[in-house]
Amino acid sequence: MMPGRIVEVGGIPVLLRVEDGALQEALDKWYANYLTTKPSAEPFELTVKVAPDEGGYRGDQPRVEWREGRWSFERSDFQAEWFPGSGRGWVRQDEALPHSIDSVLRVLHSILLASKGGCLLHAASAVRNGRAFAFTGVSGAGKTTLARLAPPDAVLLTDEISYIRSVDGVYRAFGTPFVGDLGIAGENISAPLQALYLLAKGTENRMEPLSRKQAVNVLMRNILFFAKDPKLVEVLFETACGIAACVPAYRLTFTPTPDAWEIIG
Amino acid sequence: MSMYIAKSRSIAARALDGEMVIMSTSDSMLFTLNEVATEIWLAADGRTPLSQIVRDTVCAKFEAGPEAAYADAEALCRGLAEHGILMISDQPIESAR
Repeated sequence: MMPGRIVEVGGIPVLLRVEDGALQEALDKWYANYLTTKPSAEPFELTVKVAPDEGGYRGDQPRVEWREGRWSFERSDFQAEWFPGSGRGWVRQDEALPHSIDSVLRVLHSILLASKGGCLLHAASAVRNGRAFAFTGVSGAGKTTLARLAPPDAVLLTDEISYIRSVDGVYRAFGTPFVGDLGIAGENISAPLQALYLLAKGTENRMEPLSRKQAVNVLMRNILFFAKDPKLVEVLFETACGIAACVPAYRLTFTPTPDAWEIIG
Repeated sequence: MSMYIAKSRSIAARALDGEMVIMSTSDSMLFTLNEVATEIWLAADGRTPLSQIVRDTVCAKFEAGPEAAYADAEALCRGLAEHGILMISDQPIESAR
């Protein structure tokens, strides 16, 4: 049996069995704050092999399909299969780099989270005074900018992909190792999600509440779902409705200065 | 000729703040219906002619003139059908039962 490391994100542990020493070493650094020897649940399991070929990452998005009882993930630099029935899968990647398995883990978590009433949201998020705030919007809306402007007492959960799931009836945002433009992994903590903000850069700091319909619309445009699977879409729609019912949402227009944080929270 | 309408099976729908938000699960498109469209949507059982739905719900609740209300409702239904979230037929829609 290959040695393994358990990477736990959002309370969902995944045991990575990696046969390549160089990749294992890289993953130990990449996921340093998310490794555990005491998982909160029975870990899911992925066997990871490096098999060099002439592929390599070409900037494409993962293609994810449900095929006869298993999920298939493919990108120019990896192939993977996930068997939900057994909670196991395999990954074959071209190079001993963490980016490929990191992408596989994003896809896998998006699928696992859906069944737990959660989602990965294209959003930055941070914790302040024990409460989490998520900032979503199209690329360029200011997620990374706002994360960069965060005051010292704010703890960054992610500047790219927010991890949201319901725990005991409360939506919580969790830190993730899935980095964005800041290149910094989020802290491995969680907090109740206090508010969702749809970002827009402007000439003043201004906040307007969104209706629940608008919030669902915002959520569905920004939830990451790699597979165009009808059942998955339906589950995520229910999740978006659930979040919109419990978490207030706002349109936040802000100037790129630290003052923007004064109206948050 | 009568028009019958029924909800597609490839959708997920929720009433939020009294109006329907509908997602097509085949292409992930999201639709928000206003109050009048929501009433028509809720009555789309495949058995009741659209003319009766308009008369009993739209005209009764919103004080709309029957001819204009029917024309608007028909256009709405054809639009929703084009997006695959509503089925329309000139006969009762058995699969909706």
